[in-house]
Amino acid sequence: MISSKDKALLSKYLPGDDVLTQCMHCGMCLATCPTYELTKLERSSPRGRIKLIKSVAEGKLELSNLFAEEMNFCLDCQACETACPAGVQYGKMVESARVVIEQSNIGSSKINKAIKRFLLNSVVANHSRLKLLARILYFYQNSGMRTIITKALSVFPFAKKLAEIESLSPVISKVFSSDGMEEKTLSHSKVKYKIAFSTGCIMDVAFADINFDTVEVLQKNQCEIITPKAQVCCGSLHAHNGEIEKARELAKKNLDVFSGFEYDFLVSNSAGCGAFMKEYVHLFADDPQYAQKAKLFSERVKDISEFLANIEPSDQMHPLEEKVTYHDACHLCHSQKITVEPRKVLQQIPDLKFVPLEESTWCCGSAGIYNVTRHEDAEKILERKMKNLRGTGADIVVTGNPGCIGQLKYGIKKYGLKMKVLHTVSLLKKSMDGKSDLKNLP
Amino acid sequence: MDNSVLLKIKKIVGIEHYFDSPEDRISYSYDGTPMLQQLPEAVVFPQNIEQISGLLYLANTEKFAIIPRGAGTGLSGGSIPVENSIVVVMTKWNKILEIDTANLTALVEPGLVTGLLQKEVEKLGLFYPPDPGSMTVCTIGGNVAENAGGLRGLKYGVTKNYVLGVEMILPTGEFLKIGGKSVKDVAGYNLKDIVIGSEGTLGIFSKILLKLIPFPTRSKTISVNFKKIIDSGNSVADIISSRITPSMLEFLDNTTMNCVEDYTKIGLDRNAEAMLLIEVDGRGSSVDEDAETIVSILKKNNASQIRIAENTVEALSLKTARRSAFSALARRKPTTILEDATVPRSELPVMIEKVREAASNFNVAIGNFGHAGDGNLHPTCLTDERDSSEITRAHKAFGFIFNEAIKLGGTITGEHGTGLAKKDFLESAVGKEGIEFMKKIKMVVDPNNVLNPGKILTMKPRCEGTLPSRREQIPDFHAHQ
Repeated sequence: MISSKDKALLSKYLPGDDVLTQCMHCGMCLATCPTYELTKLERSSPRGRIKLIKSVAEGKLELSNLFAEEMNFCLDCQACETACPAGVQYGKMVESARVVIEQSNIGSSKINKAIKRFLLNSVVANHSRLKLLARILYFYQNSGMRTIITKALSVFPFAKKLAEIESLSPVISKVFSSDGMEEKTLSHSKVKYKIAFSTGCIMDVAFADINFDTVEVLQKNQCEIITPKAQVCCGSLHAHNGEIEKARELAKKNLDVFSGFEYDFLVSNSAGCGAFMKEYVHLFADDPQYAQKAKLFSERVKDISEFLANIEPSDQMHPLEEKVTYHDACHLCHSQKITVEPRKVLQQIPDLKFVPLEESTWCCGSAGIYNVTRHEDAEKILERKMKNLRGTGADIVVTGNPGCIGQLKYGIKKYGLKMKVLHTVSLLKKSMDGKSDLKNLP
Repeated sequence: MDNSVLLKIKKIVGIEHYFDSPEDRISYSYDGTPMLQQLPEAVVFPQNIEQISGLLYLANTEKFAIIPRGAGTGLSGGSIPVENSIVVVMTKWNKILEIDTANLTALVEPGLVTGLLQKEVEKLGLFYPPDPGSMTVCTIGGNVAENAGGLRGLKYGVTKNYVLGVEMILPTGEFLKIGGKSVKDVAGYNLKDIVIGSEGTLGIFSKILLKLIPFPTRSKTISVNFKKIIDSGNSVADIISSRITPSMLEFLDNTTMNCVEDYTKIGLDRNAEAMLLIEVDGRGSSVDEDAETIVSILKKNNASQIRIAENTVEALSLKTARRSAFSALARRKPTTILEDATVPRSELPVMIEKVREAASNFNVAIGNFGHAGDGNLHPTCLTDERDSSEITRAHKAFGFIFNEAIKLGGTITGEHGTGLAKKDFLESAVGKEGIEFMKKIKMVVDPNNVLNPGKILTMKPRCEGTLPSRREQIPDFHAHQ
């Protein structure tokens, strides 16, 4: 029997009957699901998971560990939503099931849940704490301590997995973009667009260069850029990991901060953040105080590639004779349906040789923090991506999300590929600079 | 089911290929058919033919049912469990064993996804034409079991036209090999045609030998809109009678066009009453000549907008859009009951009108689309399973549609199979004698009725319960049979 506590959780967080009955279990999603491809079990497929959620909602299935396992096994890549002709809102269902799991007694142990919650709610959500942690990590990565510790770990067979996860940790930037950037950056020419820039939290501490590149590219495209100092994490990692209340709290803070500035578009260079900020409008649809604010906010959120593809291309592009391929970040192609724009922007670079990537919209296994929380599953998914990348023979793989960049770099090293990983905007910046130093990239 | 029996099943397939958690049973309780579901007792993934054979022997001695299953995309309930049954999933048998370019054949395992086979043979300049809407997901084994059709049926035929042979395990556990690479083969009864389309009731396939043909080098894809639906039906009839056989001649009505447009956003005209999607293929200049003839026929029939796809990407996006039609209709209402009424192609304009009549007579929303070129329509009722009165009206509407199709010389199902969903209408299509003949075959091949029982036919035991002892009890006894 389902306990009354669980019943209350279900009715509070699971979506209504209309959302749950939308799936007609035709199975068109099966071929696009990375986890179904791994197990070939219906319960690891989108329609299987929907059926399980529906059964739980109808009281026909108890909240069980296996239920939690399947919900957490899902990458939330939302490839099934792209494949679904019926427009089923799968992500919404699985994310709400995770909220229920986090608050119930099933799934991982209380300690594990508490650690995850602490990291998400007290570190990622608090930018000064995240920066502090990043500083420590930077010291660790640059002081020789890393070499000592990874060597030490490699001695013990049981610590092999730990060493692998350690090598996934992003290389921390020397200067964080939030520290190295003024709140207002002027355009290089006459101002045509006023841009608000969302720095992202991981981008800020681990990929600060990409943020600096973004601002420079915008400057060269007649943009004036506002980077609010008071902005906070967008909340997407929280929403995808069952911490919806924290996500709402962060979102409200951002709505308040950004509404204090005048801007035409809010540009993001993290696919995950952009996707979630476009969701704010739905998150607050029933909130009288924030509904209107959220609508105004979400309407103006643009991915950097989406913004650049829709303006007059800059005339400052120099040739780059490189063989380049493109990996679609799930949160760009499946959540935001952006596939044409980044390719269009890349093809504005003279002499660039673009080679298509087989299964470019198949998840790389990064999936937010999935490659840490479910390392072994992520490794299997990465393997497929690496096989396809190898097939392109490209010198550079370009993508639009920090998680993917980290995961692809890790995979390329692990599989011994000779390939650089760059954000779309960084490659554009190289072309604008006119000096290709690509051979010397780390 | 008794625990000791489940234990024996587990022992046959091995613990890692046996699943009986509530979560697994729930996720194998359905297929692509709306409103039908039943929990199996367990789900197994057999590893070899000995295990399949062992399961069938056991089913005969312990009296439980075995439900074979591929990807579970069927639309007539063929792979939905019945009481006291286990599901045998074949999706892990997914290898191409051989492509013989000298004989133009492919030997494959039954769990191979149809679209993947097509991709592989096309790399060699070969062609496997059957293309059901679910071809990116569905399996060859399921296609053979259902004798699946698709968009190219009109020119290239359906699955049965490409099966040269099968290897299978019979319901009683024996192994049987039928057919081979010879193009001609008339040795004995044509058993192949009995097992193709048997919907998993006569055996479980372990290998399938398929015929391949050369890939057509040229094709032209035309999409055309009509202000009046009747003009689309007349165009189809005129194209067929002009001695042209397009490789594809698909029809979509306004409701379907709007749902497909919501999903694909490829620019279909939301105000047209109907559209046709036409493809001609072949070699050399005949393709262009056929396309020209078709365009002039369309113009004569008041086509409002004719568009020839400029490249293969555009052609593919049109075809992909058409393949999404059934699922896209679920955007309108959560329950989509799809039917498969088929008529001789000359009667298509009449049948399209009859479907409209059914929708208005029984006050239900019906989206209509289908393979116009071979007379195979898919009227789809857009409804909500939570609204029981609407469901009743939908069933009545389909009763009417089936009746009209049969009156026009057609049939109740063109390519989805009878399964559970159309069992009640089977007699009206094949007659009492037809049903009896089928029952006799089933009884001989599967005397204990263990393999996919209750599908296509209801095989009742000759005597159930206590026989009536007085004359007045007889009607009552029959009522319960």
